[in-house]
Amino acid sequence: MQRSSIIFWFGAGMFLIAMLLMTQFIRNEYPFFAGYVILQFVVLSVAWTILGGYAGYVNFGTNAFFGVGVYSAVLLIRAFEAPLGVQIALAALVGGLLGLGVGLLTLRMRGIFFSIATIALAIIIETSITNWRFVGGAAGIQLQRPPVMQPFDTYVKMLFFVQALLVVIAIAIARFIQNSRIGRGLHALRDDELAAECTGVPTLRLKLLACVVSGALMSAAGAPAALYVQFANPDSAFDLNYSVSVLAMSLIGGTAHWIGPVLGAILLSTTQQLLTVTISSEVNVLVLGVMLVLFVVAAPKGILGLVRRKARKADAA
Amino acid sequence: MFSIELLRDAVVLGVLLGCFYAAVSIGLSISFGLLDVPQVAHPAFLVLASYGVFWLNDTYDIDPLLAGLLITPLFFVLGLITYRLYHETFERRGSDAAVRGIAFFFGVAFIIEVLIILQFGVDQRSVTASYIGKAWRIGDLRIPIRQLVAFAVALGLTVLLATYLSKTFMGRAIRAVAQDEGGLRLMGANPVRIKQFAFGIATAVLGMAGALLIIVALVDPTLDRVYIGRTFCVVVMAGLGSISGTLIAAIILGVAESIVLTMFGASWAPAISFALLLGVLAVRPQGLLGR
Repeated sequence: MQRSSIIFWFGAGMFLIAMLLMTQFIRNEYPFFAGYVILQFVVLSVAWTILGGYAGYVNFGTNAFFGVGVYSAVLLIRAFEAPLGVQIALAALVGGLLGLGVGLLTLRMRGIFFSIATIALAIIIETSITNWRFVGGAAGIQLQRPPVMQPFDTYVKMLFFVQALLVVIAIAIARFIQNSRIGRGLHALRDDELAAECTGVPTLRLKLLACVVSGALMSAAGAPAALYVQFANPDSAFDLNYSVSVLAMSLIGGTAHWIGPVLGAILLSTTQQLLTVTISSEVNVLVLGVMLVLFVVAAPKGILGLVRRKARKADAA
Repeated sequence: MFSIELLRDAVVLGVLLGCFYAAVSIGLSISFGLLDVPQVAHPAFLVLASYGVFWLNDTYDIDPLLAGLLITPLFFVLGLITYRLYHETFERRGSDAAVRGIAFFFGVAFIIEVLIILQFGVDQRSVTASYIGKAWRIGDLRIPIRQLVAFAVALGLTVLLATYLSKTFMGRAIRAVAQDEGGLRLMGANPVRIKQFAFGIATAVLGMAGALLIIVALVDPTLDRVYIGRTFCVVVMAGLGSISGTLIAAIILGVAESIVLTMFGASWAPAISFALLLGVLAVRPQGLLGR
């Protein structure tokens, strides 16, 4: 194993141990309630970056994948009372298949067409769920949490830890892709798809792979949300705010490296949690939108780009 | 139950609705279809115009159509500024800019949405005018006058714009810039200025379209999300930049929505435009009258 890999897995292990210790020693539930949301956005943003950052395909349909994750869980709970692990696994499977579908459907589309197609997909799926009685229809559905498992004393703490696990999985996958031939291939097709194809990069297969992985991770992140809020309705599960939040977090962090979306998600969703509590959720979305526009205009490579520029200047001096 | 009368009514109302869709989409047909700007915020500007009309109607009791006309110059300027900003920050930098351009407009759309919510709240709004609420009866077919007004104005607007683009010097210049920007530059013209002007026109039309929107239906701040589907569906189905195609595509969408609404109920309506859009993109990406 390379040295950087050892450091990475050591860090990941420490992170999980720290999260686990937190659930054991902190009594107050609120930090976990808020922390869960932050971790969820880390997973979503990292997943978004695999397709949107590495491959340059702007996905507006984060809410479609998230909602599909939520409703996969709802369906499993309603039909079989399946355990959480199964819910997440199946959600990932469905999300991956959806990603494959998106990839196949949008093979010939670039840029804005791809983005619009992903919004379209989100609305179509939302409408179908709205008209599906078994999972609650437009009114939504109440869900009962099963008894919590050891060593956790409340369900929210357990979901928090599960989401932390998903964070590690998502980052590990993103890191693997970034450092492998897949990542270099995606990078090539992002810069110039035709040139990449001509030099023998299997652009089609790589794009599909990125769609599948990104989709699977997004849906997996959405699955625990059903039991987190104990309620699911199409309006909130397919909220377009997920799309704009994740887009903003990834682009503000910087999409060239997996650390970018992680930074962006932690920074923005922490701010959001504070704003929601202190002011209102509208202001919250406004701040997000303004930050997104500002960064896209003034700092195209996000926080990562700013940091790198500074480092380069320091080197030169 | 399904009957031939019901189908006839649905088609008639669908054609009226379709012309209205043409009016709200024609600006996008210029900005996205001709100028290649990923104007995702177009529907947000549309809803913003509706709120402008609502405000004028509510506080000064101005007729919504007149109010639409009054805000048109403001939207023209808004369009000029938006394009200038887009051009300076994205078009000039090339390559990676496309991705960020899309994100830019998406962010702008959200900012507009939230500003409307902060100013007017999340309630649905409507306007008052003498012709709203009445209906015209032909036999057992009942057509709301508001639909007829929207239909007439929308048709007029579309024809006017189509004539402008094909007959006037500036209109031809706009189409020329869409076809061959480099060629235009060689002729000594400044493509950026022409594009900026065209974008201004595309946004100015929204003043009137916004008035029509709030005449036809209740408006709420997040209505733009559904109209992303409707406007892009019309523009893509028409074939990018085809103005006459816009009218045809909009009528197809209007009739399709109207029929689905009659047969399956309102809860399926939002998905129609998006499904049509996906279908067109998958089967015939160049649209009906594509280049």
